[in-house]
Amino acid sequence: MAGALRLAALRLPQIALTLLLLSLAAWFAIGLMPGDPVSLALVSDPRLTAEDAARLRALHGLDQPLLTRYLAWGAGVLRGEFGYSRLFAQPVGAVLWPALRATLALVGAAVALAALLGVALGGLAARRPRAAPLVQAAALLGQAVPSFWLGILLVILFAVTLGWLPAGGLPEPGQSALPFLVLPVATIAFGHMAAYARHAATALRAELARPHITAARARGNGEGRILWRHALPNAAVPLLTLLALDAGALVSGALVTETLFARPGMGKLLYDAVMGNDYNLALLALLLVALVTMLATLAADLAQAWIDPRIGEGR
Amino acid sequence: MARVVLAGLFGLLPALALAQGNGAGNGAGNSPAGGTRESLTIGITQYPSTFHPNIESMAAKSYILGFARRPMTAYDADWKLTCLACERLPSLENGDAVPETTPEGKAGLRLTYRLREGERWADGTPVSAEDLRFAWEAGRAFETGFGPAEFYRSAYELIVVDPRTVTLRLDKVTYDFASLGDFQPLPARIERPRWEADRRAYRSRTAYDTETTNPALWNGPYRISAVQPGSGVTLERNPHWAGPAPAFARIGIRAVENTAALEAQLLAGQVDMIAGELGLPLEQATALQKRSGERFRFAFTPGLTYEHIDLRLDNPILADRRLRQALLLAADRAQIVARLYDGQQAVAASGIHPRDAMFDPDIPQYPFDPARAAALLEQAGWRMAPDGIRRDASGQKLSLEFMSTAGNRAREQVQQILAGMWKAVGIEARIRNEPPRVFFSETLSKRRFGGLALFAWISSPESVPRSTFHSDEIPREARNFSGQNYTGYSNPEVDRLLEAIPLELDPAKRRPLWSALQRQIAEDLPVLPLWHRSDAHIWPRWLEGVRPTGHLNYSSLWVAEWRAR
Repeated sequence: MAGALRLAALRLPQIALTLLLLSLAAWFAIGLMPGDPVSLALVSDPRLTAEDAARLRALHGLDQPLLTRYLAWGAGVLRGEFGYSRLFAQPVGAVLWPALRATLALVGAAVALAALLGVALGGLAARRPRAAPLVQAAALLGQAVPSFWLGILLVILFAVTLGWLPAGGLPEPGQSALPFLVLPVATIAFGHMAAYARHAATALRAELARPHITAARARGNGEGRILWRHALPNAAVPLLTLLALDAGALVSGALVTETLFARPGMGKLLYDAVMGNDYNLALLALLLVALVTMLATLAADLAQAWIDPRIGEGR
Repeated sequence: MARVVLAGLFGLLPALALAQGNGAGNGAGNSPAGGTRESLTIGITQYPSTFHPNIESMAAKSYILGFARRPMTAYDADWKLTCLACERLPSLENGDAVPETTPEGKAGLRLTYRLREGERWADGTPVSAEDLRFAWEAGRAFETGFGPAEFYRSAYELIVVDPRTVTLRLDKVTYDFASLGDFQPLPARIERPRWEADRRAYRSRTAYDTETTNPALWNGPYRISAVQPGSGVTLERNPHWAGPAPAFARIGIRAVENTAALEAQLLAGQVDMIAGELGLPLEQATALQKRSGERFRFAFTPGLTYEHIDLRLDNPILADRRLRQALLLAADRAQIVARLYDGQQAVAASGIHPRDAMFDPDIPQYPFDPARAAALLEQAGWRMAPDGIRRDASGQKLSLEFMSTAGNRAREQVQQILAGMWKAVGIEARIRNEPPRVFFSETLSKRRFGGLALFAWISSPESVPRSTFHSDEIPREARNFSGQNYTGYSNPEVDRLLEAIPLELDPAKRRPLWSALQRQIAEDLPVLPLWHRSDAHIWPRWLEGVRPTGHLNYSSLWVAEWRAR
């Protein structure tokens, strides 16, 4: 417990500093990208005059130096004000949370499904050596097939040809959300599942060869109990790291899948915000992704230390 | 770059999806296959960033608000100006337009508009002159942040005559005075308190974005009843709409940015139709038409989107008019239109569309004639070299940079074809493309392109091309890079015509001015005209009455005429 607290006390200031540096770097990177929104408006609307351009730049604060704008933004964030999205004319939170919810539902379901199936397949490969090549082949296929390609095939088969499932989009009021999730979740899960299956198979195979497993067998435990009760907890360490890395994807979204299935989510939102010079939205979304990834990594480290106390000793 | 990659990847979808032929599909959305159809689902490729009618111009917003808002005036499908929320257009003849002198001594106009009887917001409140007054006041207060402020600068006074009538005083007299453009009533009861509380913050506090489903905001045949941010909106009938009852109880608008995904949703039956205003690119639609048989009805309607190539006239090579003419003569535009677009759009003679009342068919034309192009190049001193590229007397290569928007597959294809055609007469075109954001906001608007720039303009009927051809409109830092005369074209006679046309109120007297303008520009060729784009509308066979306009007043404004068979 004391070790966990020490680890957290060490990591949290690092996380805060990383977020600060990241926000500064992202602010300048977006600010230095060519083309501000007023320049784009000037091209698209011939009625805008020189006075309009100056007025709109002042209104959006684009006439101020980048650093001044960053400091004003930072001061606002410290007061709990995240500002308004320039692209969506709404408070940043009001734009971000629905997208985050949609992405959590999509990627969360996909990662959970991938982890469950991946570990099950890994267990199968570890327990039955004759099934291992099949699992390996399935994992290889999952990693080799690009998600956009798989998504297209699923749309053609299940939406266009068979008409069983929607081709994309969100449910209308009163419609069940489940059918709209099936194809995108399957698309994301297939690739992720491959990674879990490979890692689980390797870790479980190594674990099953260890003396305490032999001892468990000698005590008369069944193979299923040995696999899931004795081998899996120790083999879970690399899987937790994988899961922690996937946590970033939970909030950063899946741009390709979201675009293919026309689902508004964090991936698309982040892309549009960066491309549209929407500082407030882009910054908050980027920082949220970074924060969740770092916290998930910390949580994975703490969990690993809890599962295997030897891991925490060296820190 | 990511957009380019995504576009490429998803380009595979239609080809594969269409390989399924008609596809089984889900049936047409939630519309029964017969009997009364209560709903219509429309697919478009953009989601609006705001629902406020006056903040930012955006095609998706204009299309959606066409169902739910009633502007005072609009151009109809025949490109004629018409009253929508008003009773009649002001004219000198009916006495609603009265010439006068402004307090500053300028020629001005006094225009009277009367709101149509029975105009109501969807909460039952009558649309009133106070709503027009609020819209005018908010627009006049420039810190509010409405986009183009030209109308509000010109309309220096608004007088409320009675609850349904206002008089506007303008400080100029132009032939299109009766058009109020974007000016339209805003519900003062809802919006004025928000605006008065903080004018600068109004654009982020307007009820249009914070309470989008408030019925008091909508005065069209429909009101917005549900919003799925980034994904779509649902419209329901406005119970207080005084015009003819629209056919559908509900209209769903689904925003699917990727056109391949949109096509998949159409084939799967999730959307009933794809609006041509924001729909599939022409080449994708023509391919779909060939493969989908009789399942849908297709209409390719000519629009006011004008695809062209701006020429940088300060480039010494392009400063020679003979070379500009040779470029156009060596480009087989008819062939490109026939092969790439199935002949579904018109080769352009100039920026004025043939359907426009002021179009002059007798201006100089440049049909494909490589021999004449070669002769002009010889005359200009460019001789063919052994490597197939011409050189001038000093040995300079006839080589031009050719730019456009990266990721736009249709344009990139056109660039390749044109470069090949020009190569055949000894002109080298070096293709260098940039992402749209950089191309439009930096390279074009700051005039940083070296030779040729391929892109499109969109205009309205009888729109005077002042911003693209007047010498005052050449973007410069001193004027915040406003203006769209990216070619740097400067011709005193053209400047004079551009200034004279708007001031001539008599169409018969305006026509020769328009002809002179078109002729001069066609001779000088600061811009190479390519074609007028067509919009590809895809409708279910049971839908009738949609009349695409081809301009910025979209077909959705006349939704009350749509019917299910």
